[in-house]
Amino acid sequence: MAYKFNFSFLADRWPAFLEGAWLTVQLTVTSIALGFLVGTICAVLRVYGNGLTRRIVGAYVEIIRNTPLLVQMFIVYFGIASLGVKLSAEVSAVIALVINAGAYTTEIMRAGIESISKTQLEAADCLGLSRFDTIVHVVLLPAMERVYPALSSQFVLLMLASSVTSQISAEELTAVANVIQSDTYRSFEVYLIVAALYISLSFVYRFLFTLTGMILFVRRRKLGTAL
Amino acid sequence: MAFDANGAVLAEPQGDAVVKVRDVVKFFGQLKVLDGVSLDVKAGDMVAIIGRSGSGKSTLLRCMNGLEDIQEGKIVICGHEVGYGQSNRADLRRDVGMVFQSYNLFPHLTVQRNITLALTLVKKKSKAEAQRLAEQVLDQVGLADKMLSYPEQLSGGQQQRVAIARSLALSPQVMLFDEVTSALDPELTVEVLRVMEDLAKGGMTMILVTHEMAFAQRVANQVVFMHKGKVWEAGPTRELFSSPKTSEFAQFIGTGL
Ligand SMILES: Nc1ncnc2c1ncn2[C@@H]1O[C@H](COP(=O)(O)OP(=O)(O)O)[C@@H](O)[C@H]1O
Ligand SMILES: [Mg+2]
Repeated sequence: MAYKFNFSFLADRWPAFLEGAWLTVQLTVTSIALGFLVGTICAVLRVYGNGLTRRIVGAYVEIIRNTPLLVQMFIVYFGIASLGVKLSAEVSAVIALVINAGAYTTEIMRAGIESISKTQLEAADCLGLSRFDTIVHVVLLPAMERVYPALSSQFVLLMLASSVTSQISAEELTAVANVIQSDTYRSFEVYLIVAALYISLSFVYRFLFTLTGMILFVRRRKLGTAL
Repeated sequence: MAFDANGAVLAEPQGDAVVKVRDVVKFFGQLKVLDGVSLDVKAGDMVAIIGRSGSGKSTLLRCMNGLEDIQEGKIVICGHEVGYGQSNRADLRRDVGMVFQSYNLFPHLTVQRNITLALTLVKKKSKAEAQRLAEQVLDQVGLADKMLSYPEQLSGGQQQRVAIARSLALSPQVMLFDEVTSALDPELTVEVLRVMEDLAKGGMTMILVTHEMAFAQRVANQVVFMHKGKVWEAGPTRELFSSPKTSEFAQFIGTGL
């Protein structure tokens, strides 16, 4: 019962795979950037905000962390549609991914922010720094440095999880694969190729996160020590 | 300096006091940490606050700088009333500098950026001007060559001198020091004390909590002995040390009255 591999469909389908991969990159890079922004703001509100903002952020994080991404995405996609607003599958996908990434970023950045000692805040206060400047210049960068490995992993996971957006037919890598395998009946081969492309993307993302870390965390780059 | 021991006011407050503390009461929960503290500090004074651990020295200093609220009494520092909420914060910060036992430098920033941060963000100095000021204050504390180092690359004594320089760069009227040498080895303590002595000679108004008795005796012109949340004994350094009035103070300085 020897399976005979047949990759001949690649000859004319390879551009479709690459286009799908490229859309995955576009969707996820946008979602990671915006999700990081949302999550960081929420983390600050969670740690330094008043009772109300803490509770709102807490509820947001709990809801997102305890529901499947697929369901979140359907709710965003069909929910927005039923409000009469027509959004493309890609935009809906990005919104859902941002909401999802934002919640996980909130939890990770919260741990980082909480690791910054009160004495750092006091020192900044005594120098006359505003709350905003203190958060931006004294808190966020070291907080991020401390949780950066967790943050990078989470974002790679998000890139992989973006495959569920194929369910609302965003034309990303997995969606493209679904189409090709139904055309060619070479399901096994098609998903092997998709897996290889996801692995390559993961490596590229990890590399880029490492690079970004080196640019952001100058002290660490120069001294090589943990904060 | 006016002071009271067990509630008795022993001298009239000075009119030109830059720091006025009146009958301050401070609780942490049920614990009364400051129990009617009053003192005045004149411009150019160097006041050493001494006393046993837990007597309320740090709390008093923190109250003066608005880091803790008070429940009763009044604190006026450089014309700013502090102790109740956040009023006047920016003005207060412009006039009062504070240095902590644990240095509290920003570990992710170079020595230079530690110093220029507030200069550019708060005082709105240009980058060049801030840099020039950083050079000047670092030179003053003998660390001109450490401009681009990170805090972790410095010894404790050097870090503390940077912390002093950082505060100094904002040209405060009054500087508060809370046991700034307590975390340091004796040989590193010396270099920090030397910087503080230079500051005192330069006319800076300084209030310091310290365990360095010899230093306090030699450099401070006023001494405040705190005990159980009160100013137990206070006055000009020489007088105080040569003739302790209370057995607690005598015991503290080891003469055993
Ligand atoms: N943040 C705080 N919360 C509760 N109690 C405190 C706090 N800070 C200080 N205390 C208590 O207040 C008293 C005075 O402390 P402190 O001012 O630090 O004394 P000192 O500096 O003279 O050693 C101590 O009993 C201490 O345990
Ligand atoms: Mg103390």
